[in-house]
Amino acid sequence: MTALTMAKALNAALGRALADDPSVLIMGEDVGTLGGVFRITDGLLGAHGASRVIDTPLAESGIVGTAVGLAYRGFRPVVEIQFDGFVYPAFDQIVCQVAKLHYRTRGAVRMPLTVRIPWAGGVGAAEHHSESPEAYFVHTSGLRVVAVSNPSDAYFMLRQAIACDDPVVFFEPKRLYHVKGEVDLDAALADAPPMGLARVVRAGSDATVVTYGAQVTTALEAAEAAADDGVSLEVIDLRSLSPVDYDTVAASVRRTGRVVITHEAPGEAGVGAEVAAGITERCFHHLEAPPLRVTGHDIPYPPAKLERHHLPDLDRILDAVDRVLERPHSLSEAAQ
Amino acid sequence: MTYLPSTTTDPDTDMGPVAQVITPDGERIVDPTLEPWVDGISDDLLVDLYRDMVRTRRLDGEGVALQRQGQLGLWAPCEGQEAVQVGTARALRAADFVFPSYRESGVQLVRGATPTELIQVWRGEEQSMGDPFIRRTAGPQIIIGAQTLHAVGYAMGIQRAEALGEAPSDDVAVTYFGDGASSQGDVHEAMVFAASFGAPVVFVCSNNQWAISEPVRVQSRTPLAARAPAFGIPSLRVDGNDVLACYGAMRWALERARSGSGPAYIEAVTYRMGPHTTADDPTRYRDPAELSRWRGRDPIARVHALLRASGALNDQREADIAADADTLAAEVRAACLSYRTRDPLTVFDEVYAEPHAGLEAQRKAHSAYLDGFEEGVS
Ligand SMILES: Cc1ncc(C[n+]2csc(CCOP(=O)(O)OP(=O)(O)O)c2C)c(N)n1
Repeated sequence: MTALTMAKALNAALGRALADDPSVLIMGEDVGTLGGVFRITDGLLGAHGASRVIDTPLAESGIVGTAVGLAYRGFRPVVEIQFDGFVYPAFDQIVCQVAKLHYRTRGAVRMPLTVRIPWAGGVGAAEHHSESPEAYFVHTSGLRVVAVSNPSDAYFMLRQAIACDDPVVFFEPKRLYHVKGEVDLDAALADAPPMGLARVVRAGSDATVVTYGAQVTTALEAAEAAADDGVSLEVIDLRSLSPVDYDTVAASVRRTGRVVITHEAPGEAGVGAEVAAGITERCFHHLEAPPLRVTGHDIPYPPAKLERHHLPDLDRILDAVDRVLERPHSLSEAAQ
Repeated sequence: MTYLPSTTTDPDTDMGPVAQVITPDGERIVDPTLEPWVDGISDDLLVDLYRDMVRTRRLDGEGVALQRQGQLGLWAPCEGQEAVQVGTARALRAADFVFPSYRESGVQLVRGATPTELIQVWRGEEQSMGDPFIRRTAGPQIIIGAQTLHAVGYAMGIQRAEALGEAPSDDVAVTYFGDGASSQGDVHEAMVFAASFGAPVVFVCSNNQWAISEPVRVQSRTPLAARAPAFGIPSLRVDGNDVLACYGAMRWALERARSGSGPAYIEAVTYRMGPHTTADDPTRYRDPAELSRWRGRDPIARVHALLRASGALNDQREADIAADADTLAAEVRAACLSYRTRDPLTVFDEVYAEPHAGLEAQRKAHSAYLDGFEEGVS
């Protein structure tokens, strides 16, 4: 076991994938000499050369579109979109081409592409640098969508994503890049939990909190605070947003009967809405209260000085927990 | 018929052939293309250009300092690019509309941005500089290249003013973008639209040699100015550190656009002296020798030398200009330190132009939530 930041764990995963498989390529803006603006690709150019670690022109549609062609030719491109808000110029290539080619060709063409996206807010960034676009991709059939929440998952899930024959949109919470955790760099990939599985990160009995990405940290803080208050919360890290591992989620909700889903993306038609519907379909007779969502507001991501009012914090999660437990809570009747 | 690419003499961060009217030593020379557009420029105007460049550099220094002191979240320095920003912007009329990128603080300054407007975006307080119609200048665009299409659309609107019951005008739209931006699909589409519709728009490409860590050769193997003619747009490649050349090139481009000859393109060859932003470390990718080579082409020093030699700038005038720049910096600092973050519930404002039931409910719920804190909202 080694203590690594998520940034270093991702870097190690990329290095390992490049070393193990000659068809793996890294592409993106500033990924070479600079090592990426977050240094996730640091040192890879030196170790693997410019034909495998490619500084591309500044054109996202071009980056993903050429990765499609490379995949046709048998490569496994790992592309870096510099920031969440810059994936939109590539959106057309991702949803119209990457997601559909396997289906369109009845399986003749594989798109083993990994699209890495430094993701979401809480870091005081400028406009377009804190977006949570995951729902757009979850809505697109043909893509797998995952979000990591700790260095160990970052290391193994990135390698699994690269090894996957389907395209994977891979979300990396910027807020956690420099948080350390234990990673067993020598463990076999086959022994790591598959990237499609959710994980119970804290066991509890009174209510289930379902979340993903950096919000896992906030949910765990909420669970800690709730425990002081005599409430036992189970916290589930979804890890995979498409597909969602409903076996793990439903097993928990059947026990607790109450569920709060939280993410920082806006709530409207978000992943939380999908998960709430999925839970209701599976666990209707076990639910003691309607599933509640705690999300970012339905507003464009606000300026940095106001972002803490947008990001669901521990108190907003606890407030929803009180509501699903039918305890007194801060929202007045008038507000509902 | 075969068309062959013409490559730059040295596409790798060097000048190559450019139109120039003031040498790096401050000598006034003649460029046949630019001369008609700079001939007879008064010393007073040159001094004004110098003053604006000095103010821009002072603003830039203050922006970096405020960021280092934790007062701004980020700053995108434009040191070294003062000539292209000031020279081109000074040639505009107030009625022309400008669509810049995030690095054009000098353009914003020339267009009359207030000290508060100059810092509010970088401080993380607002996402724009306010109402773009007041000074006909859009706020800093962060999505690379997007603004070039906006400028072309605005220019198409100028062509259609009569449909809105307005008098026809010879206003022009102008867009600023970088060498990296020249790779974006949006920029190519903007050139297609501009040429197809003969739109009165001027493209100003500030080729500062770098897109974060990527040298211009990653974006192009020919001079960027060579691309425009392929779209049907005439272009000029000028020394972007020569404020008079930039001013002249802009007059050439504006004259074409105003007189109905359609779009024009300027590639201003310049250099970003500082980091990409205050979050960047250029020592990881840039050779210090390159930096010092470009220091010798400083856009302010050469005008200074010219004006001192001609006598248009004496000690007194120079001191006044420096004091004026210091005043601006002090105003920017004061505006920054006195900024008060707006009320949290205002995040729900202006998402829609008309009331929206869903958001109204969220505002109410969040307001009740905030009221739940005894200490109130800090
Ligand atoms: C669509 C998009 N992709 C990536 C980025 C991240 N980014 C910001 S500035 C920049 C480099 C821009 O270079 P250039 O166009 O030459 O302008 P300069 O910053 O040198 O003035 C990049 C890659 C972005 N803002 N927008």
